[in-house]
Amino acid sequence: MSAVKSLVSKLTGIAFAILVIATINFVLVHSAPGDPALVIAGQSGATDAEFIEQIRRDYGLDQPWFVQYTSYLTKVVTLDLGYSVRQRADVSDLILERLGPTLLLTLSAFGLSLIGGVFFGALAGLRQGTWKDLAISLAALILYATPVFWFGLMLVLVFSINLEWFPAFGYANIRAASFTPWQYALDVARHLVLPAVTLAAIYMAVYTRLMRASLIEVSHEDHVKTARAKGLTEGRILRGHMLRNAAGPVITFAGLQAGALIGGAVVVETVFSWPGLGRLTFDSVTARDYPVLLGLFLVMSILVIAINLLTDLIHRLVDPRIGAR
Amino acid sequence: MPQFLKTFLRRPAGAVGLTLLALVTAMAIFAPLIYPASPWEMSGIPFSQPGENGMLMGADTLGRDIAAGVVHGARISIVIGIASTLTALLIGVTLGCVAGYAGGALDSAIVRFTEIFQTIPNFVLAILLVAILTPSIATIILAIGLVSWPPLARLTRAQVRSVSTREFVQAARCQGQSTLSVVVRHVLPNAISPIIVLGAMTVAAAILIEAALSFMGLGDPNYMSWGYMIGAGRTVIRQAWWMSVFPGLAILTTVIAINLVGEALNDALNPRISRA
Amino acid sequence: MSDALLSIEDLVLALPEAADRAHAVDRVSLSIQPNEILCLVGESGSGKSMTAHAILGLLPPKVRAAAGKIRFRGEDVLALSEKQLRRLRGGEIAMIFQEPMTALNPLAQVGRQVAETIETHDPGLSASAIDARVQELFTQVGLPDPKALAKAYPFQLSGGQRQRVMIAIALSNNPKLLIADEPTTALDVTTQRQILDLIKSLQEQRGMGVLFITHDIGVVADIADRVCVLRHGKVVEQGAAAQVLHHPREAYTRTLLDAVPGHGSAAATQSDEEPLLQIKGLQKTFTTGSGLFAPKRTVVAAKGIDLSIARGDTLAVVGESGSGKSTLARMVLRLIEPDGGEVLFNGTDVRGLKREALRQFRRQAQIVFQDPYASLDPRLKVGESIMRGPMAFGTSRAEARASAEKWLERVGLGKAALDRFPHEFSGGQRQRICIARALALDPSFLIADEAVSALDVSVQAQVLELLSELKAEMGLTMLFITHDLRVAREIADRIVVMQRGAIVEEARAADLFDAPQSDYTRRLLEAVPGRDFFAGRQMQTAG
Repeated sequence: MSAVKSLVSKLTGIAFAILVIATINFVLVHSAPGDPALVIAGQSGATDAEFIEQIRRDYGLDQPWFVQYTSYLTKVVTLDLGYSVRQRADVSDLILERLGPTLLLTLSAFGLSLIGGVFFGALAGLRQGTWKDLAISLAALILYATPVFWFGLMLVLVFSINLEWFPAFGYANIRAASFTPWQYALDVARHLVLPAVTLAAIYMAVYTRLMRASLIEVSHEDHVKTARAKGLTEGRILRGHMLRNAAGPVITFAGLQAGALIGGAVVVETVFSWPGLGRLTFDSVTARDYPVLLGLFLVMSILVIAINLLTDLIHRLVDPRIGAR
Repeated sequence: MPQFLKTFLRRPAGAVGLTLLALVTAMAIFAPLIYPASPWEMSGIPFSQPGENGMLMGADTLGRDIAAGVVHGARISIVIGIASTLTALLIGVTLGCVAGYAGGALDSAIVRFTEIFQTIPNFVLAILLVAILTPSIATIILAIGLVSWPPLARLTRAQVRSVSTREFVQAARCQGQSTLSVVVRHVLPNAISPIIVLGAMTVAAAILIEAALSFMGLGDPNYMSWGYMIGAGRTVIRQAWWMSVFPGLAILTTVIAINLVGEALNDALNPRISRA
Repeated sequence: MSDALLSIEDLVLALPEAADRAHAVDRVSLSIQPNEILCLVGESGSGKSMTAHAILGLLPPKVRAAAGKIRFRGEDVLALSEKQLRRLRGGEIAMIFQEPMTALNPLAQVGRQVAETIETHDPGLSASAIDARVQELFTQVGLPDPKALAKAYPFQLSGGQRQRVMIAIALSNNPKLLIADEPTTALDVTTQRQILDLIKSLQEQRGMGVLFITHDIGVVADIADRVCVLRHGKVVEQGAAAQVLHHPREAYTRTLLDAVPGHGSAAATQSDEEPLLQIKGLQKTFTTGSGLFAPKRTVVAAKGIDLSIARGDTLAVVGESGSGKSTLARMVLRLIEPDGGEVLFNGTDVRGLKREALRQFRRQAQIVFQDPYASLDPRLKVGESIMRGPMAFGTSRAEARASAEKWLERVGLGKAALDRFPHEFSGGQRQRICIARALALDPSFLIADEAVSALDVSVQAQVLELLSELKAEMGLTMLFITHDLRVAREIADRIVVMQRGAIVEEARAADLFDAPQSDYTRRLLEAVPGRDFFAGRQMQTAG
């Protein structure tokens, strides 16, 4: 009963969010300086008057704004994201093609940063004031202030140019076509290491700081004293009564950070030439291919909402109080 | 106030952060005196190594002095960091105050709206905004401001709500003080310190976003910026590491400095800690 | 004394160097026999809780035992290793704490939290044996439907139920000694009564030794076999309960006993004038969870409340948490807007007042809040907080300052307090400042919302006395909100009992105590700790 209600509430929330995002897209196109038709054509110097006129007709730009708005929303609902004049392809096809690599990158970075952050944060919090705490806190402070793209470049400099451990860019070897599936997976994994670590490191720093603070707070809570008064060992108190309690806020926060994570993926994919949505964003920015950019923004927002749902689910498993009230 | 300063400077984070920040700010202010020539000008042999040909940090692919670029880049970073944070504060604090005071339907509408803005991948929105509105200092400031306000709005709302229900505020109302006096004298002074701290952190975040934008080629083409330098140097990183390393260190130092100042501010403005 | 279950000998607990004093506990000696309840009584800062924590080696960081011995069945606990201590904790010595809302892990099922204690001390036991034991314990502590309840999470239980779970945890390995650190302080009075009865009966059944820490002499009178009175870390007096309570040797013990409110005040003369405050049919319902689809929950805080206060009278409104008594106080001042009904002050409906008129009304009606730490602006000097009021009504700064000085003198703080910050004062002193702030406006009506509830009993007595003096001097009319019937009896002429937003009973203070009309009032009265003892004591002093 209440589960159904909360599901309904979630779904309307998502629908509303998508509506807002689509509206932002619509407003953006129409607030651009100059002719919206030129925006859609891309400022490629394609000033062929007949071509512009055709776009104007195709997109109904000669119609009143609310007709345009409803027709745009209808298109979004039917997953019609428009046509890229520059790439001569449907935007939804272009995006779908690149979705896999981005999911692989962001999800592995998300998992890595969360696990690493909880681990290092707990370690620092438990050993508060020791050199371990100091080292972890300092590393987190520095990583937190590092531009993602620059950190990626530095990893390339060290691990691929100097040490030659991992490839510097790309998704798979050029000869990948002749690989067995197993070899192919291994090859992709080798290519994945540097981008995933780059993207994960920054957020790991955030989660480490948060987990450290959270664990220290939990360690002062009354129920930890109760556990001690029960005669439990410190190890058991940590596992049974502190870690889970401290990780809750970190997971919630991680969900809120999903948007930033996707944003980070754009830069990381640019640095490592990872053929995902981020690289597509960079290429479309360079080419001023606006229909693709608008479509990307919409899809990435939906991706963020999906990650939010995922963290919400994890948090529900960790904390019985959520959803019960 | 002297008590506050003492607490601030007693913390290593405060002293170190403030020194570094002063250094970067001095660099930004005196850039035209240190390197009078335009940083875009070719002043030496391309690909000079650091120290070669009288160039401290070497030269880039076109023979431009990296050190000159780093010094001049501080200007754009700091200007954009501060201006876009002010934009974000203006939007965030206003919405947060309105939501916190008004309550009811207006409050829940603002909260919903803020939540949606917080889920949107803010960097992607910034890219979209700058790309469509064409890159310039003004559009970059506007874009970063527009994507940075939601955390400020949430915090302001929470602060206003919690402080205005505190008993000393109710007591002030009972004392017959006017609403304006209650807000200005009791609510704001007690609510504002976390907002100031988050504001400082927002400046740091804004500098990082600006760097990423110009790295992607969306910087103002009239001004030298650190992100642009890294972006330009990245294709030749195999041959010339210095082109991307030094501007990156500049960003890192600036952002660390601001974060340290923010952390020390947090300690100094928090009465529980400063009194202990 | 050699067969004592626990004996503490010349215990000294040293505080860290930065603290305001060197020792939390200074040469304390006491002992507990195998089958008795020893009450350790004292006000805040007496070291009673520290002493209890020291027994299990659970002292806060940086506090250490500097001298003395704690012998449990002959063995010095202070000399034990951490591993040996762990065997004692939750095994032979168990402990329960004050705050049942936070003492249980919010993320674990309560049955699990009991089972865990059994497992730790009896690793060989099978899962089904542990399950059976948990349910047996839940039955013993009077929890309904043990099987289902074991699977519940703490947030699904009431405060009293959580405290029962805590007791079940404590009893899970049949301890010889139970340490109870203010276990009923955070509970409503009727729940407190149930938990006290439970602890007493479990102690008798099992023949345990119990070290019961409390600040409430009433509780002591109800359950103690022996009493030990602590003050500033030193033992003031100890002995058999009857001895200490009826024939205290030390002046401080007598002060504590006398400070317990409930002696009754002289009733004001009845007047036929129009009442100062009249409340008619007041309504208020709170709605929470007002999300678009989230289920709404409603709490009725006022269900057609009618009452009136005569000029110069003190009316006490008594109720347990959730009765709506504090909301009532705030609605009178329109800090919370009522949904319906009338609030007539001097015959004018307060609900219709607009800005300036409302301001003038509030000048007449002042309030003192419960939490002395939250009710003063931490960033303003005390004098400034007081002066702001009169200045808002056009008094010059110099005049306001003079009046603030006068009031600080009058409440017993001296004018030096003017230029100091709130954090430099203790809870009782802050409450005096709040009274000064309220009275500096020269009101005719004062609301005290649980104004003495957060204070130690001797401080509470002083503040109550100050209030009744001021009331007589200024001819104040007072509305006194409290959860404590004894406080109501002490200060009020008339008492109103509230339950779930409605008035259950209204009577003159003495009549309400002597001949309660409603069942609920009777239950509340019976639950008051130490009731019989104090009744007897009052007869003695009177006779």
